[in-house]
Amino acid sequence: MELRRGLPWFRLVAPPHDTKARCRRTRGTLRMRINGTACDAVPRASQCLRGFLREQGWHGVKTGCDTGECGSCTVLVDGAAVNSCVFPAVRALSGDIVTIEGLSDVGGRGLQDAFLRAQAFQCGFCTPGVIMTAAGFGPAERADVDAAMKATLCRCTGYASIRDALDGRARWAPATSPVGADVPSADGPAIVTGAARFTLDIEVADVLHMKLVRSTVPHARVLGVDASRALSVPGVVAVFTHEDAPDVLYSSARHQKTSTDPADTRVLDRVVRHVGQRVAAVVATTAAIAEQACRLVDVSYEMLPAVLDVDAARRPGAPALHADKADDHGIADAGRNVAVDIRGDIGNVDAPLAASDHVVELTFDVPRAQHVHLEPHCTIGWLEGGRLVVRTSSQTPFLTRDALCRIFSLDRCDVRVIADRIGGAFGGKQEMLTEDVLALAVLQLGRPVQLEFTRAEEFSAATTRHAMRCTVTVAADSDADLTAMRLTGTMDTGAYGNHAGGVLYRGCREALNLYRCPNKSIRAQAVYTNTTPAGAFRGYGLAQFIFAVDCAIDELSRKLGVHPLEFRLRNAVAEHDQFTSLVAGPSDVTVASSALPDCVDLVRRALAEPSPPPPEGEQWCVGTGYAVSMLETAPPGRHRASVRITSEADRRFTLDVGTAEFGNGTSTVHRQIAAGELGCSIEDIVLRRSDTVLLEHDTGAFGSTGTVVAGMATLRAARKLVAAMAAAAPGAVLAVEESTEGSPRSVSFVVHGFRVAVNIATGQLEVLRNVQAVDAGTVINPMQCRGQVEGAVVQALGAAMTEYLWSDENGQMQPTTLGGYRVPAFGDLPPVEVCFATSHDPTGPLGAKSMGEAPLNPVAPALANAVRDATGVRVTALPLSADRLYEALNGRVDGAGPDPAIY
Amino acid sequence: MDLPGIKEVMAAPSATWRPGDAWLGGGTWLFSRPQPDIDRLLDLHHFGWPPCERVADGISIAATCTIGELLELPEVREWSALSLMRHCCEAFSGSFKIRNLATVGGNLALSLPIGPMISLFSGLDGVCVIESAARSRAVPASEFVTGIGTNVLEPDELVRSVLLPTSVLRDRVAFRRISLTRHGPSAVVVVGRSAPGGCTLTVTAATPCPRQLTFPDVPSAHEAIARLEHGAWSYVGDFHGSDLWRRHMTRKLVVDVLEELSG
Repeated sequence: MELRRGLPWFRLVAPPHDTKARCRRTRGTLRMRINGTACDAVPRASQCLRGFLREQGWHGVKTGCDTGECGSCTVLVDGAAVNSCVFPAVRALSGDIVTIEGLSDVGGRGLQDAFLRAQAFQCGFCTPGVIMTAAGFGPAERADVDAAMKATLCRCTGYASIRDALDGRARWAPATSPVGADVPSADGPAIVTGAARFTLDIEVADVLHMKLVRSTVPHARVLGVDASRALSVPGVVAVFTHEDAPDVLYSSARHQKTSTDPADTRVLDRVVRHVGQRVAAVVATTAAIAEQACRLVDVSYEMLPAVLDVDAARRPGAPALHADKADDHGIADAGRNVAVDIRGDIGNVDAPLAASDHVVELTFDVPRAQHVHLEPHCTIGWLEGGRLVVRTSSQTPFLTRDALCRIFSLDRCDVRVIADRIGGAFGGKQEMLTEDVLALAVLQLGRPVQLEFTRAEEFSAATTRHAMRCTVTVAADSDADLTAMRLTGTMDTGAYGNHAGGVLYRGCREALNLYRCPNKSIRAQAVYTNTTPAGAFRGYGLAQFIFAVDCAIDELSRKLGVHPLEFRLRNAVAEHDQFTSLVAGPSDVTVASSALPDCVDLVRRALAEPSPPPPEGEQWCVGTGYAVSMLETAPPGRHRASVRITSEADRRFTLDVGTAEFGNGTSTVHRQIAAGELGCSIEDIVLRRSDTVLLEHDTGAFGSTGTVVAGMATLRAARKLVAAMAAAAPGAVLAVEESTEGSPRSVSFVVHGFRVAVNIATGQLEVLRNVQAVDAGTVINPMQCRGQVEGAVVQALGAAMTEYLWSDENGQMQPTTLGGYRVPAFGDLPPVEVCFATSHDPTGPLGAKSMGEAPLNPVAPALANAVRDATGVRVTALPLSADRLYEALNGRVDGAGPDPAIY
Repeated sequence: MDLPGIKEVMAAPSATWRPGDAWLGGGTWLFSRPQPDIDRLLDLHHFGWPPCERVADGISIAATCTIGELLELPEVREWSALSLMRHCCEAFSGSFKIRNLATVGGNLALSLPIGPMISLFSGLDGVCVIESAARSRAVPASEFVTGIGTNVLEPDELVRSVLLPTSVLRDRVAFRRISLTRHGPSAVVVVGRSAPGGCTLTVTAATPCPRQLTFPDVPSAHEAIARLEHGAWSYVGDFHGSDLWRRHMTRKLVVDVLEELSG
């Protein structure tokens, strides 16, 4: 292939719409060339190009969506970028294909280097597709990069670093001192060349494929599963039903303490409680055969009455989803569909609410949201010397191992769980959705099997963020001191209670804990419905409850005529404050450090700078809004992290960490901490991670623990090793292990500010300024911490502005494709301005605080508060999409509507 | 995605349509959904139709012409109405990668409200040439779509081409579109066309199928909105925008289009 140099862009020879070239290709007997090499294999009529290329071992081509809407599978065909997931493979019969693996040979090296130097990735799963898309830009695309990048999604970075890469801006330079420096990821070169191995990017000989038969009804008893037609299909190896599965109850949620979640789930249950619940598992020689055979599995149901929303579920006499569960399964009131019931009081809210002249009461609605990690849930497993090996996309390999041991009555030494590089998670992989049913097949068949969710399955059958409705009542005296806070909330947990307790407990409690107030009251429930289960989601309930509480606080400050930030600062907890626990026993959390005043100052000063003007037209109103959030630096329940450092004979160090890497960058942070203590260069630290053979136990990568809890283990282990090395002979091979328990804990603060323009004639919302200040303690890697903030803010803006997921009248989640579920795209939002406040937290490693989830939480309320400031209208339901905002601003009038004169 | 049911891909010219067949244009929609009822694809590219031809009474655009090819058509100064092509191609919801594969015929045959080719051809009074082995017929583009995802095609028929008549190409046109996100799928598209002796407003994306209002001259906003309300159309409500919002935005865009046409 001919190439045109002049980096970072280049353009190729024959565009695919060259009809003559296409006719030549389809008529001729030429062979396909892939990355410069003739390919002897011939694609099947049924294959898309992506499936064919991955089958040929080109694993840099990723499976993200199946519908041409994410871009992870982008390759060049005869020089033009195409989504290989919707490209008929037979059309490429005589084509010249370039994947990320071959890009550097056709002049793309500069582009890959630009992505490396800007570290324009976090998990790295979308990166090959993003780079290949840019490689296919022509003059028109280069002239309007925002438009050209639509439907090329990255869920981690918020696109800021990708924009830097496309503009040729670097984000790091070689550094000498590791801690506090922008140290790049050791996996970077592999990620930008497509060599990084994600979960399914390995070759396992004779692997079988599993597809799941899923319930089409919201509530039913499975009377029978007739697999005879499916089993008669050539290539089908087995069909598993509830009769084959162990009758063990557990939760798909993974926590250090299994009692955190109700035991209400089975591998395959004889009762289905939501559309999309797995009913049977078909295993065949190819995924295509398994998928076809799924349609031939005949399931007979005895229909049961269903409750599709929380109001119906709590009505007296409503059918109970889990009436069959015993009292010791951790369900608050199974007979009334109440999974979790939280009540807590400090003081008495009634008197101040009755007495105060300054009371605000508002009811808020936050819908479900989907994680949209671009690597779907996927697992591959096999037997190795009698041991079950499970390679999976999980945040919790050790806890998943323990769950598999319990379900299948195995010893820990009989199961190995490996989580290599994970293609995004956001809480969605703190869940066991694939490993259990896959292990069943591997153990019964004794053969390798893999299971990969489709994007449609991610939407309809994987977990979501919890939908929440909550009423917040807040009161203050005339000195602007809060006198009462009352929160009454309900969360929809769906058909199973995974994470319901943790999300509800942390969400409502921490949202109120931010404020010193003598009288507080919480009444909150998580309710079962016959819908897809909700689960862990970045922010873990705080985003929903902070939206409600902060909007109410904002409204109260307006009522009092006090600047919204001053009102919050006046009433927020301060350094060294103790928390009065609302709902549980003694707390191990204190405000060990606080840079909240600095954060407030940074955002105020940033927003005092001139903002870009609103779009032209007199229908645009401009306003400013703020929000403040607080997050405990680690989850409760003694999150355990383990590491081992070995000093090798070659003077290098092997650092084994239990915690997983899904784009959070903790692999780099651990190497930085270790190198700092050991006084070696960062390259001398070789990290291995998240494999249950490396260490005894580790709770996993969730709850923003990768730096604060696991990093502390690395710090202590490194210090121990320094001491041991001082006492040992030079060159001796020494190994030390350390584990930490994430206690005592502190809190981090985040302040967000927006300047927005709202078009009252259309409901369109434009973000003019987008500023966040974070109290991250010691920032060990500013580039990565900035990346976490950038990504979290954009993810939060997606949920606040466009993303909307709901259960339809049949209990089916809608939408089921990325075309319907609008996650932010490259050109949708202006960049966030990130400010780091200065603090040092005595509970964190080297003074650091966690910053994985915290930046997400204040975004939605700050946006709603800015809209309130601009328009005078308080919008209490998300998302603030143009249609909803228009209706909120103009009233839902089905009559004539506004007079045309107002346009 | 892989389509496990597909056993064979045949060149369309050498095959006779039978149940279980689907016409393969760009493949970008076919390969994006499970297709349990299809076992054979008939590849239209083997016809080798030129993407775009100048014919006696206008321009003929082949069904296999891609959106990308349409964008690359040279501009003809006296055919001012062709400016609509660029607007509609840019309204395409897919990326430039999809645009380079997806075809005009596929976009029409999908018959979704967001389809920009439906906006384009109904707005310009295009005529769809529909063919099967046995017959050929012509249907106005504004009548081709009958509802969300439904159209006038019989199972064995395909769109061969769309004719844009010379008579409309000299008309003055105005285009307005709104979407929930900057580069998102259309929620409302209003195309206005005026020439001495007539003015046509075509609404797409907001309604299940194209809706047209004709006037003897460019009407006032009040007159147009009165006609709009009198029509009592049903509006689409989905994840690209609520029905109420689309209804109100249709009114707004109609006013904007009329302002441009009368300016």
